[in-house]
Amino acid sequence: MIETLQLYFSYPFVRYAMIVGVLVALSSSLLGVTLVLKRFSFIGDGLSHVAFLAMAVAAIFQFTNNMPLILAVTVLAAVVVLCMGETTLLKGDAAIAMISVTSLALGYLLMNVFSTSSNISGDVCTTLFGSTSILTLRMEQVILSSVLSIVVVIIYILFYNRIFALTFDEDFSRAVGVNVSFYNFAIAVIIAVIIVLAMNLVGSLLTSALIIFPALSTMRIYKSFKAVVISAAVLSVLCAAIGIIVSILAGTPVGSTIVGIEIIGYIMCVVAGKFI
Amino acid sequence: MQIVCKNLKVGYEGQVVRDNINFTVEKGNYLCIVGENGSGKSTLMKTLLSLQKPMGGSIEFGDGLNANEIGYLPQQSTVKRDFPATNFEIVLSGCLGHNKNKFFYSAKQKEMALNAMKELRIDGFRKRCFRELSGGQQQRVLLARALCATEKVLLLDEPVAGLDPKVTAEMYELVKELNTKRGITIIMISHDLNDALKYATHILHIGNDIFFGTKKEYLNSEIGKQFTSELRDNIICETCGKKL
Repeated sequence: MIETLQLYFSYPFVRYAMIVGVLVALSSSLLGVTLVLKRFSFIGDGLSHVAFLAMAVAAIFQFTNNMPLILAVTVLAAVVVLCMGETTLLKGDAAIAMISVTSLALGYLLMNVFSTSSNISGDVCTTLFGSTSILTLRMEQVILSSVLSIVVVIIYILFYNRIFALTFDEDFSRAVGVNVSFYNFAIAVIIAVIIVLAMNLVGSLLTSALIIFPALSTMRIYKSFKAVVISAAVLSVLCAAIGIIVSILAGTPVGSTIVGIEIIGYIMCVVAGKFI
Repeated sequence: MQIVCKNLKVGYEGQVVRDNINFTVEKGNYLCIVGENGSGKSTLMKTLLSLQKPMGGSIEFGDGLNANEIGYLPQQSTVKRDFPATNFEIVLSGCLGHNKNKFFYSAKQKEMALNAMKELRIDGFRKRCFRELSGGQQQRVLLARALCATEKVLLLDEPVAGLDPKVTAEMYELVKELNTKRGITIIMISHDLNDALKYATHILHIGNDIFFGTKKEYLNSEIGKQFTSELRDNIICETCGKKL
């Protein structure tokens, strides 16, 4: 087993996959706590479908580097969803559900009608579940993913206290002069970035799992916000690393393997929480 | 004058809830805002906290008070019950308003948060989880947070709603202590007229008729007489010990 792993890790693309996987898992777990507690979990899900649409468009135009386009579209969608939430035109969850299904349907339609590839269902499956994309990352994608993940982590640490206050009590934060609308906007943009990053790892349908599972798991055990966030980050990195290794050894799809490990982690945390 | 409201018009989503509100608050006052449900008390409070803009008229802050220096104790229902956070983390977040250009809390601010908890006698809970505390203890934690945000004015929205009589009395005593010992101005929303009249120095009654004045003036006014007729026999004045 160790020999097989050694053999695989001698290939640069496997090492890239590991580096990107760990960094993406780290950055995506941080905001999970805020998303879960602010009842925003669904936004992540909706945005990942928008990212799927963007990916379909990029595939049609045969962009060699599709990440900038996907990033731009998803960030834009995040802003639109948030602005919709603040007006009374369409209430938050309805707006998200609408955007979500629209982009899923449009994305599949576009891929079917305009695709030049001979294996459409394979392409769709890859985009939705990320079956191999982490192993086919090119150098520039590795660098972009790593840099964005690190930037997200740094921003999170710097604004940790504000994010905490905002998550706990928005009205109070606003009353003491925190620009709540701006930070909500910033959180939505960061979530969009994280989703695009996570898509490389687990595919667009499973990105929310990467964001909310670690937070949901550690919330079962820890009682302080800081401990929940730190342990969620550790758990997320562990699950991603184990998932990647298992998928290499067992030949399973990377994304669903990682999510499977996350589920095991969640169950273990629930059980542990009962005894604490 | 710390706060001067002139012809204030409050409302939300384009609907005026209450018009022509006039009142002033001086340092050390204990103002109770009373009125029936739906009379606009909460809307007025949100406007005072700059959570929403006045629809007309003006609110002026003076006497060295800035708009974001009002410590705020929200109604209990608005705080999330399943939130994983220690009480110290929550109290410390009250200092956020002072950190305009700083990312992290200073050692001095941490000490301030601890002192606020000591003053409210909850420092023993600082490492405990907020959701494990009783309603009264949670209110004290949120009050300590408000104290970190201000040394001047506290705005309390129904601070005793849902608390049992003993804890209610303790809460009122605590607030009174902050008012008399530290000279913190108190603005309290309450629908409990009994307690409002016991502790307040000034009353703002919001309804179809709006009244603002000292407690004595309120009790002698038409609107005050109407609203207090049932209570009158039971109220004992805090300062003179006589029945009102």
